[in-house]
Amino acid sequence: MALTTDTASAPKSNSFAPSEETVAMLKERARFIRLETIRLIEIAKTGHYTSVFSAAEIFSALYYDVMRLRRGEPGWSSRDRFTIGKGHAAVGLFPIYADLGFFPKEWLDGYTRLGSPLGDHPDMRKVPGVDFSSGSIGHALSNGLGMVLAQRWTGEDYKVFCMMGDGEMQEGQVWEAALCAARHGARNLIAIVDRNGYQLDGRVDDVMNIEPLDEKWRAFGWEVHTVDGHDVAATTELLRRVRADDDRQGPCCIIARTVKGKGVSYMETEPGWHLGYLDPSDAEAAIAEINAREA
Amino acid sequence: MTGPLSPNSWQYRGLNAANPGLDHLSNGLIDLVKAGHNVVAGSADLQYSNGLNRFATVYPDRYIPFGISEQNMVSVAAGIATCGVTPFVATFASFIALLACEQIRMDVAYSAQPVRLIGHHTGISLGFYGTSHHATEDIATMRSIADLSVVSPADGAQLEAAIRASAEHDRPIYFRIGRGRDPVVYDRDATFAFGRAHEHLQGEELTIVACGMAVHGALEAARALNAEGRSVGVIDMASIKPIDRDAILSAAARARRMMTVEEHNVLGGLGAAVAEVLTDEGAGVKLKRHGIHDEFSLIAPPTHLYAHYRLDGAGIRSVAREFLMS
Repeated sequence: MALTTDTASAPKSNSFAPSEETVAMLKERARFIRLETIRLIEIAKTGHYTSVFSAAEIFSALYYDVMRLRRGEPGWSSRDRFTIGKGHAAVGLFPIYADLGFFPKEWLDGYTRLGSPLGDHPDMRKVPGVDFSSGSIGHALSNGLGMVLAQRWTGEDYKVFCMMGDGEMQEGQVWEAALCAARHGARNLIAIVDRNGYQLDGRVDDVMNIEPLDEKWRAFGWEVHTVDGHDVAATTELLRRVRADDDRQGPCCIIARTVKGKGVSYMETEPGWHLGYLDPSDAEAAIAEINAREA
Repeated sequence: MTGPLSPNSWQYRGLNAANPGLDHLSNGLIDLVKAGHNVVAGSADLQYSNGLNRFATVYPDRYIPFGISEQNMVSVAAGIATCGVTPFVATFASFIALLACEQIRMDVAYSAQPVRLIGHHTGISLGFYGTSHHATEDIATMRSIADLSVVSPADGAQLEAAIRASAEHDRPIYFRIGRGRDPVVYDRDATFAFGRAHEHLQGEELTIVACGMAVHGALEAARALNAEGRSVGVIDMASIKPIDRDAILSAAARARRMMTVEEHNVLGGLGAAVAEVLTDEGAGVKLKRHGIHDEFSLIAPPTHLYAHYRLDGAGIRSVAREFLMS
């Protein structure tokens, strides 16, 4: 198991490990997310396949296991919240929201078409299930922190998960929020960095190195964990564990080691696929590979 | 150091005692909490400049210190607002309306969250602190953001009235306020309504439309000119957006000349907003936009700057007189 933890206070029992059936279900939902992403991008004729593929197992674990949600009730006030800095991965979230009954599945069929609520970036004013709009990289951790701080004045009890890209670590506002969350003991805030290694201009470590990332978050006062973000069992277990940890006094960051484009071989080795389009003939082969890998 | 300090000596945390004008922001917020509104406040390391230290003393659990992180403060406030709590976040106008402009656009306005943004020490009221601390662009940036109301009270009493009125306003608001030393225009019974101007005087020759600290000077100027036999009106356009079109158009129907006065660049500010209304309606009046004329302000003590840029009573009077004779 590629799970490490650096806090003595974190529970050590293995009671958070998902069952084989759960792992199988979450893998199947991750495949569903990838296949739906290919289907929706076929409508738009352009999209961010690889940004979804690196996060598919994390999305699956969060929405189908870890987060406290009610199907069909996206506005439930006690729900766990999710904010996302890499908003361009929304195409992989919309199918989940439709699947959870947050909006009609037919909406997906009009993805990005004139008047659709569903665009490349998620819009909280238009899309039930989107807890905060995204598109400007670097805001999401602050937005999520605000939702956690609000608990003081609403009495609601929930967790806020915030996914950020690794290129997003280059935004100064992230570190403003990191300081602020530690200062205010935001124990219900859980950040997840999708460490897929690439940004638009190339390898993150070449464009603007962000390492040592774990030490940075730790130095900012956060509890830090690292996990293989494609290992469904390990990712789910870790997310369950940090969600349940009532002893933690401050915020928690999970660095998820992932592969950009995971699931389609040529996307995994070519960073240019950050944005792209698969002709139906190529999509067919990609779908076949996704199905074969996770069978 | 032995013995007491001279009464002339002062330090930053004593600003409240030296400047009771700072109390109005906190007073307004304290009243909202007392009235049962779930209101919180935060500031980016300037609680003694904006007087929120008083609010923080009364309601320590409702005050959020953000440190020097304006962008984070605005985005956090938006997150708070999604949960049914109304945040008021404050810092110098130059920092909130320019440095955090994009966060205001995306997280507050586009996301339609009822965040209250307080830009204080606006215009050139920070005098010799210089351009980094001046805000002569904030009306322009804030009013061009869709769905964001822009309010510029003339004094502390009107600010308190605007804060009270905000309780019934579920949209985001930018409050453009001074440094707490604005000359008093209103008594304690000041009123404020979004989209409604306050007409102080009606004039047959000229109407001065002003906002913020310029209202006091505009009134002084109009009274002096009227004493000379002129007929000059004054409108306080505290609600810059939504703007009171009817007040502008009825004044335009009455007097052939209109003059705007603002502690802001004449591009994009109150003068531009008034010009848009007049042009849209083909009102056909002569308009003089007075303010900072597309330049970065000099540095000097604020009152010296107001005199230099003719934004005090005497200056507005001289600009108006020239305009009347043109």
